[in-house]
Amino acid sequence: MSHKVLVGYFDSEDRLLAATRAARAANLPVHDVYTPYAVHGMEEALGLRHSRLTWVCFAAGLFGLLSAVSLQYFTSVVSWPLNVGGKPFNSAPAFVPVSFELTVLIAGLVTVAAFFLRSWVLPGVSAHALPRVTNDRFALAIATEVARFDPDEASGLMRRHGAVETELAEVAR
Amino acid sequence: MSDSHVSSLRVPLLAEERTLAQLTEEISAPLERRPGAAFWGAFALSFSALCVGVGMVTYQIATGVGVWGLNKTVGWAFDITNFVFWVGIGHAGTLISAILFLFRQKWRTSINRAAEAMTLFAVICAAIFPLIHMGRPWLAFWMFPYPNSRGSLWVNFRSPLLWDVFAISTYFTISAVFWYVGLIPDLATVRDRTKSKLRRFVFGLMSFGWTGSGRTWARYETLYLLLAGLATPLVVSVHTIVSMDFATSVIPGWHTTIFPPYFVAGAVFSGFAMVLTLIIITRKVLGFEHLITVRHLENMTKVIIVTGGIVSLAYATEFFIAWYSGNPYELFAFKNRALGPFNWAYWTMVSCNVLSPQLFWFKKIRTSVAAIFLLSLVINVGMWFERFVIIVTSLHRDFLPSSWSMYRPTVIEVGTLIGTFGLFFTLFLVFTRLLPVISIGELKAVSRWARGPARHDVPAAAHGAPGARHAGKEAA
Repeated sequence: MSHKVLVGYFDSEDRLLAATRAARAANLPVHDVYTPYAVHGMEEALGLRHSRLTWVCFAAGLFGLLSAVSLQYFTSVVSWPLNVGGKPFNSAPAFVPVSFELTVLIAGLVTVAAFFLRSWVLPGVSAHALPRVTNDRFALAIATEVARFDPDEASGLMRRHGAVETELAEVAR
Repeated sequence: MSDSHVSSLRVPLLAEERTLAQLTEEISAPLERRPGAAFWGAFALSFSALCVGVGMVTYQIATGVGVWGLNKTVGWAFDITNFVFWVGIGHAGTLISAILFLFRQKWRTSINRAAEAMTLFAVICAAIFPLIHMGRPWLAFWMFPYPNSRGSLWVNFRSPLLWDVFAISTYFTISAVFWYVGLIPDLATVRDRTKSKLRRFVFGLMSFGWTGSGRTWARYETLYLLLAGLATPLVVSVHTIVSMDFATSVIPGWHTTIFPPYFVAGAVFSGFAMVLTLIIITRKVLGFEHLITVRHLENMTKVIIVTGGIVSLAYATEFFIAWYSGNPYELFAFKNRALGPFNWAYWTMVSCNVLSPQLFWFKKIRTSVAAIFLLSLVINVGMWFERFVIIVTSLHRDFLPSSWSMYRPTVIEVGTLIGTFGLFFTLFLVFTRLLPVISIGELKAVSRWARGPARHDVPAAAHGAPGARHAGKEAA
């Protein structure tokens, strides 16, 4: 689904940060920002909730740990118990390394997959990046399809904060 | 760059001031121009070495593991030495990409991409050795626990060699994912600037539709932090488990509790030496001397001093414990190491790993690119010999003097080692031509680190006092 937005282009992260804060303070419908790198403090400026990926990672790690322990218990105790050097079948300390590795493996892969799906950053997704935002421009996008959007107010605010250019554009998400 | 990073106490990370567009231009340039004669020369050399390796491995698989110089007493030698050597090399990449990230070491941004690539290539080289040592590498999947028609005969989860399977495959997978996630924004940068249709298509596919959205960046930062947090204990676990291949056996010289930390420190030590070797060549050839500065190299030599110190301490501790334990077999193994028939290997190791890094205490040497390059090669050699000494000298004179023996690598084994070097350098050379060797996005974020705020675009009035702003940001 694409959105029509009013985009203001800035040439430094400081100006974009200031403009984003001002736009939110002025109750403008901020759609998103587009930057060539992760701008420190932008999460607060956009008023984003803290990412829930940490919980995904924790849950996936827990799942990985349980799977690894079950796999080792099942194969070594239930399915085909083998006497190896007189050790008990459920020789738990020996199962620690593999349990740890599988915890990390599953936590890592699931977290990355969750990020890709949530952000819709996936193979085959065609990009509609705004001009130069992956190079040296910083863009602030104000949603136009909402009632509280006022084109003059929005472009005025962005110009006041040093926007070098404003234009109407369409963004994919 | 936000002025929250401005401090008069800090030294800028880039030797010369660059705008964001200039950074994009400079770092993507090698992808868009035709490589010169130096590249093709290096490529021809590495590729020939790779071909030698392919020939040797083919012959070995066709004939059998008997073509190696192993015997009844020394059943493990060149292959496992090379395996441990290559895995160790990889560890520096993860240390730079994950551990230095968690410690907020901003200078890592110039070198992390190349170091992570090195990790992947080194792990590939390492994985070859256990694979070909199986003799029937096409049955390698037997190492994984899967339901099978042999009554479902499972793998032995009590064996450190199996732990290795899980450790190395997890390490490779997570390193590859971490590396690729780091690449995505840069792939989008290249996609958006390129004029070639083919490159735009390929990079468009590979960049997964990245638009630089602030919401995505926020999640991306969380993801990156999580992956760094996962990779940090992972890298420590990998060489710990590698060391357990030895430490859990009852061979004097191997059966010690000091092995895990000793191996991890040694891995980082050798890995940083290899990063230095590669980075010094790369920055010279690609003209990135202002992006990867002498300060970066100097910082890495400091890591070498520390890890070299730990390794030296471990060497000394082993000897002390051999004497203090009162175990005659243990003492014999170490006397044999230093004074026996392989003493030349032992003293090569000591001079390369204990003595040569001490030169890095001198600022003059730490800041001389030629000296660093030379010493990095010396340490690479030393760390290879460390593994050789640990493995072969502990085995060749065992409990029964009648079975004492010597070990000598065959041409096949030496050729295989040369082949892995060929593979490693071939992959790295291809990497420098296909992908940005420096993380463009991350470097941009620190490009104005410690530079005056007024120099660029923001008028001084808009700032207020930099100090006050700084305090405000920290609070936020």
